[in-house]
Amino acid sequence: MTAGQTPGAPAGAGEADEEAAEGRVYTVSGEDWDEIVAAANEARDLGGGEQIVVNMGPQHPSTHGVLRLILTLEGETVTEVRASIGYLHTGIEKNMEYRTWTQGVTFCTRMDYLMPFFNEAAYCIAVERLLGIEDKVPERAQIIRVMLMEFNRISSHLQGIGPMGMELGATTIFLQGLRLRERILDLYELITGLRMNHAYIRPGGLAQDLPPGALEAIRAFLEGAPKLVHDLRTLIDANPVFIGRTKDVAYLDLAGCMALGVTGPMLRSTGLPWDLRKSQPYCGYESYEFDVPVTKSCDAYGRYLIRMDEIDQSLKIVRQCADRLAAREAAGDPVMIRDAKIGWPAQLSLGPDGLGPSPEHIAHIMGQSMEALIHHFKLITEGFRVPAGQAYAAVESARGELGAHVVSDGGTRPYRVHFRDPSFTNLQSVAALCEGGMVADVIPAIASIDPVMGGVDR
Amino acid sequence: MSGPEETRGSQGPVVPEGNGALPARAGEERLAAPVVRTGMFGTQTTGDTSGYGRLRVHRAPPIESLRPYGSYFDAVADALGGALQAGGLGFSDAIERVVVDRGELTFYVRRERLREVAAKLRDDPDLRFEMCTGVSGVHYLEDGGRELHAVYHLLSITHNRRVRLEVTAPDADPHIPSLVGVYPTCNWHERETWDFFGIVFDGHPALTRIQMPDDWKGHPQRKDYPLGGIPVEYRGAKIPAPDERRHYE
Repeated sequence: MTAGQTPGAPAGAGEADEEAAEGRVYTVSGEDWDEIVAAANEARDLGGGEQIVVNMGPQHPSTHGVLRLILTLEGETVTEVRASIGYLHTGIEKNMEYRTWTQGVTFCTRMDYLMPFFNEAAYCIAVERLLGIEDKVPERAQIIRVMLMEFNRISSHLQGIGPMGMELGATTIFLQGLRLRERILDLYELITGLRMNHAYIRPGGLAQDLPPGALEAIRAFLEGAPKLVHDLRTLIDANPVFIGRTKDVAYLDLAGCMALGVTGPMLRSTGLPWDLRKSQPYCGYESYEFDVPVTKSCDAYGRYLIRMDEIDQSLKIVRQCADRLAAREAAGDPVMIRDAKIGWPAQLSLGPDGLGPSPEHIAHIMGQSMEALIHHFKLITEGFRVPAGQAYAAVESARGELGAHVVSDGGTRPYRVHFRDPSFTNLQSVAALCEGGMVADVIPAIASIDPVMGGVDR
Repeated sequence: MSGPEETRGSQGPVVPEGNGALPARAGEERLAAPVVRTGMFGTQTTGDTSGYGRLRVHRAPPIESLRPYGSYFDAVADALGGALQAGGLGFSDAIERVVVDRGELTFYVRRERLREVAAKLRDDPDLRFEMCTGVSGVHYLEDGGRELHAVYHLLSITHNRRVRLEVTAPDADPHIPSLVGVYPTCNWHERETWDFFGIVFDGHPALTRIQMPDDWKGHPQRKDYPLGGIPVEYRGAKIPAPDERRHYE
């Protein structure tokens, strides 16, 4: 942290020039707080009502990532907040322009690293719309997509609430939240092979089917999860310290949300039950039974309650998905579109030399059909072509509307992909949430936005 | 190679009727259109025995949809026309063309009328597009005189509808009016589009870079932005930049 703009503070003679340009600058690195406090007190006594500019971040444990906030303080009141982002920009959108349509999934899953399945789903739905195959994606793939997205909503909310507790000083909340999240990551690993960055949802369906034993593991999770969620709620819901830090803090009403384009739990905390899963369903959400939790408090505590209620609703949806999957015959129930010009030709299988295309497929292309080999080679190296045009597909992610604007020029690679990331848009409201409040309220305000900088910066 | 795409792409949009609709004439027009790319397989020299090296792919003609647009799109167009009329503006004065493609409605707005159109879309009780879900830039290098596109996605929560606005600007004059006054959420989105594409949003309160460092040169998402290769310490080899690598055209 560095602070400036306190001209009344005592100044060393050698720093006079620097001071004239930037004001008094303190560099705080720990263990010298007495000095800083004394200097600040002296500055206050001399100047009276002087403003202090504090740089919070980008390396700060309570900013939810590499977010830099420039706070202007008068005493403990925040008079101005400016957010500075871009520290995690990795050029994902640009990179996707130089890879095939299918490879693009591997990039976009890394954007908002806490909700990879939403990133993949938004992109794949947009590509499928461009291809005109939205209704040809197999139902089994859609059910598994919905299930993974709901798992992802739970794990993302837990990763939002847990660190929020830690930022407010409660490591127990953090550990309890992560305990349940860990179980979900184990399921991800079982289903996709990876705990993060899965690239599992592909244009036309999924990379592969559920492995044997996945449904049993999901059922076991569903039995244990409600108790863990309940434990977490017992810990937080009526906790006087938590309520004191979050209730009536970070207020943003409906008009503010509309103007700033805020969506997701923040919008629903104003009492508007806007949820794309209900209003503009995709992946068959219209056939699931669930509620859209809302509160009318417009504050950080209300947003916390919504996230907890959404975890319950997501568990409900996952249970329905598990029932549907159990009712379907796994054999001959594809998870990839049957169109051989788009769908990956082989399912992956684990052999003695590692993971690769199934032995039957290898036998077919290497021993039986030259045409199948050519087709396999063309589809994997060149990829498929997508008719020229543009599409915008949006999903209700854990943080709000995640949109993918995908443009094709008719080639084998995207011409342009743009993601409307909810963290990016919601983070704009940080000034509206914090200005006029106490500096301590900045922390719960950011935590209630729940931004993930990987998504903000892409 | 563009044949199949044309037929597939023409399911939704309608190419305007008239003399040009005759197949022979349509072909002539296509040949007059600018060439988008030539050749195939990346071969530039005489090594090409496939004949594909002489392939010339022309730019697809801009599509325009005619009424009825279907779905709620006619209602939106009517309401917008009415609202513009009330403001003393004709529909075609503000809207260049309308495209309905893949179940999505796009208004190509003349850039000098962007603010008025957006304000009408937001405020008219029959339109009520309260929310803008962001701005996305696209750089069409071959689209002479209208290289830079800014694409706005609007959402009406009242009517549960979506509409897309597309505005173009030439590279030589990359100015588009800012929509921050109508949709404050466009603030960061326009900064991002300026950062990546160099589109200047006139009237933006603080149009500065947002993702790239302040002193960055150039606008990285533009198609003419030079990409650097990665020097590899292996016999002086260098991995070529992504846009110089061999790829399928």
